[in-house]
Amino acid sequence: MTTAIQTRSGPFTHTANTVQKTMTAVLWALVPATLCDLYLFGWPAILLFAVTVGACCFAEALCVMAAGRPAASTLSDGSAVLTGWLLAMSLPPWAPWWIGVIGAVFAIPLAKHAYGGLGQNVFNPAMVARVAVLVSFPVVMTAWVNPHPLFSAGAPGLADAINITFGGKQPDTMSAASALGYIKTELSRGIPVSASMQHVPDMMDMAFGFRAGSLGETSALLILAGGLFLMVRRVISWHIPLTVIGSLFIMGTLFHAVNPERFTSGLFHVFSGATFLGAFFIATDYVTSPVSKLGQLWFGIGVGVLTWIIRNFAGYPEGMAFAVLLMNALAPIIDQYTRPRGFGRTRRGEPLPLNDKVGQK
Amino acid sequence: MRLFPIRGGIHPDYRKELASEQAIVVLPMPTELFIPLQQHIGAPAETLVAAGDLVKKGQMIARSQGAVSAPQHAPTSGRISAVTNAPAPHPSGLAQLTIILEADGRDEWAELPEPIADPFAATPQAIKDRVAASGIVGMGGAAFPSAVKLNLGIQLKLEILLINGAECEPYLTCDDRVMREHADEVVDGARIMAHALGAPKVVVAIEDNKPQALAAMARAASAYGNVEVIGVPVQYPMGSERHLTQAITGRETPAKKLTADLGVVVHNVATARAVRDAVRLGRPLLSRVLTVSGGAVREPKNIEVPIGTRVSELIAFCGGFNSEPSRLVNGGPMMGQPLPSLEVPVVKGTSGILALTPEEVNDAAPGPCIRCGTCVTICPCGLSPLEMAAFIRNDKLDAAARLGVQDCVSCGSCSWICPSHIPLVHYFNYAKGMLMEQNREERKIERTKTLAEEHATRIERAAAAKQAAMAAKLAAGKEKGGAAAEEKASA
Ligand code: SF4
Ligand code: SF4
Repeated sequence: MTTAIQTRSGPFTHTANTVQKTMTAVLWALVPATLCDLYLFGWPAILLFAVTVGACCFAEALCVMAAGRPAASTLSDGSAVLTGWLLAMSLPPWAPWWIGVIGAVFAIPLAKHAYGGLGQNVFNPAMVARVAVLVSFPVVMTAWVNPHPLFSAGAPGLADAINITFGGKQPDTMSAASALGYIKTELSRGIPVSASMQHVPDMMDMAFGFRAGSLGETSALLILAGGLFLMVRRVISWHIPLTVIGSLFIMGTLFHAVNPERFTSGLFHVFSGATFLGAFFIATDYVTSPVSKLGQLWFGIGVGVLTWIIRNFAGYPEGMAFAVLLMNALAPIIDQYTRPRGFGRTRRGEPLPLNDKVGQK
Repeated sequence: MRLFPIRGGIHPDYRKELASEQAIVVLPMPTELFIPLQQHIGAPAETLVAAGDLVKKGQMIARSQGAVSAPQHAPTSGRISAVTNAPAPHPSGLAQLTIILEADGRDEWAELPEPIADPFAATPQAIKDRVAASGIVGMGGAAFPSAVKLNLGIQLKLEILLINGAECEPYLTCDDRVMREHADEVVDGARIMAHALGAPKVVVAIEDNKPQALAAMARAASAYGNVEVIGVPVQYPMGSERHLTQAITGRETPAKKLTADLGVVVHNVATARAVRDAVRLGRPLLSRVLTVSGGAVREPKNIEVPIGTRVSELIAFCGGFNSEPSRLVNGGPMMGQPLPSLEVPVVKGTSGILALTPEEVNDAAPGPCIRCGTCVTICPCGLSPLEMAAFIRNDKLDAAARLGVQDCVSCGSCSWICPSHIPLVHYFNYAKGMLMEQNREERKIERTKTLAEEHATRIERAAAAKQAAMAAKLAAGKEKGGAAAEEKASA
């Protein structure tokens, strides 16, 4: 580009929307679920959340300054906070502090700035980080705890929490399994789904969050509410969330109908694990999903189906993060094949044929 | 009538209320007018006057030159003070050959061509000639010579003359006012144009945010069975010819074709009124209605302005600025052009002059593309602005061309909506310019090549002919020689 910007073409007016406003809306949408979950899992969760978000912001500032740009303006776009927030939501709430910090290192310098910063990364930074720490520290990353609401009997106080998060003193109670994990373990021991389902929390408890899991896996309904808020505000559209949840539900229902001893129901899949968080907040990440609506439909279907496959056939109980990353890799190709049809052209780019009944003499 | 959906589009802050209730006022004749010789698409007009000449109002002072061109007329009586280079309302700010007219204040009319009393009895050619002689160009902003566009009926069978009253640009209200205050003239002009085109039907399309204009036009059209007034959804860029045609007829104009190939010709409402004045009154195009608006203008107005009036006089007429404008725009805020200075004149295609405050412009430094995809969703042409911009930034113009950058109508929707303030249209205009240039170059090379080839074959052919002639001669000689020998032998 050599032409100077002074003779710049219009428009000479602009929407009030900005990147910062978009990110802020997403953060607001996460607030209710986050508050609820921080309350449920108490001080250790609050500390881990603060460490993770703080580490991501710090890493962002360092990367931006290393590139010779002022950190303040980039930080204010809110994308680093969001990455840290989503990462924190996907960790076991009582995990030690260094999990958050190592996650931040994977998320910001490696998954984002190594690709060129905001908008350039192929993979969702928060999911890269989650998968990286999960693969590197599988024991810590699957040590779930049952909810210990703040100030309730048996809940750790601030001092205990500091010990848990920073002192490496994990209490014995940390043996709970998430519903998906429990069913998977039982299956591997030869116990059919129909039997193990008796022991997982009932659907209502799962929806409201009274169950073991990462922050973002609990309180599905508040996450759903946040997602709907984003749709109403038109920050995201229905295309990705609906196809993710829809295809997961259809896969689950179909296979459950065929073999209920082996496969859990579609509804169970929808309400367990990180389905809502993934469908509304992670798969919808602008940077790493396709840009056209048609592409987003394919992308969402891919995420839903892959999540179901990984949950049922791979070594890990939860497949959302892997599914999103796999589809992230495909997004550029999906983009190429799902460009809209140009005005006056066929799908293949040829001018439309002239209908010779009109116009010609 | 059933309407058809058009793809994408945006809903900018229209701010039409700033000027929409201001009735059209006539600007007092300025003392000096600056009339550029090129106010239209095509070849510039050729001046017929020189410094010192006295002219009357309506007298032709520059004649059209070539097939696509338009003449200029003196908007008032007075003396030509110079024919010289002066600033023109082009974003480059480059000077242009301009006739400068000092008004004498008498506003004396020249002898005008006879009114055509019954235009519907006149031949289409007579109407077209009158429109051409009256210097009428598309007044929606494109400024394409209207008479040329009226010729489309010669080769093509037209069904609909579509009168574009969408006025989808924010701020602009001049078409709205013209329709409210001069509905009968617009309808009359439209019917005359339809007659010239041989189009059996007239459809007037107006965006639904102009209910008074819709009502006034419907009233004016009610007497004529073949004139229909239709409200279209408020959706920028509804006023784009191709999109309006699609909304009304459902027909999608193929790439590289004209709406006329589908039987539809589109003209602006102000153009229709100008045609009516030219035909019924014999008056050439001497003035136009435009909107002066924007948050920085003290009293926004719709003004009937003589062509050649300097913008500074309009601003003064509107009470000046109430704050330092951040942008001066010639036209609407979406597709208008930056005004290089206040000293440039109003031309036939000037639909508005806007002085916008920083809040209205809402400019910011471009940030990185976050791939939000909104630009793809809203592009009315089905393009992928973010990808095209990325290619253009890397100087891959061919790749951008493959994605269809030349189909872009420069509506500005993508730039408007981009949360990262990326000047997408700026990239596309740049690329379109470069590609056009390349094309022209290639064609030139191609032409030189064919010329050279033709030359070569001509020489070859000539050489071959010569050879053949020589051979023939030789053969004839031999024959002769042979014959002689034979003769000798037989003798
Ligand atoms: S790419 Fe062109 S046609 Fe599409 S929105 Fe942008 S300016 Fe309008
Ligand atoms: S609107 Fe702007 S930020 Fe969004 S995809 Fe288009 S160019 Fe990128």
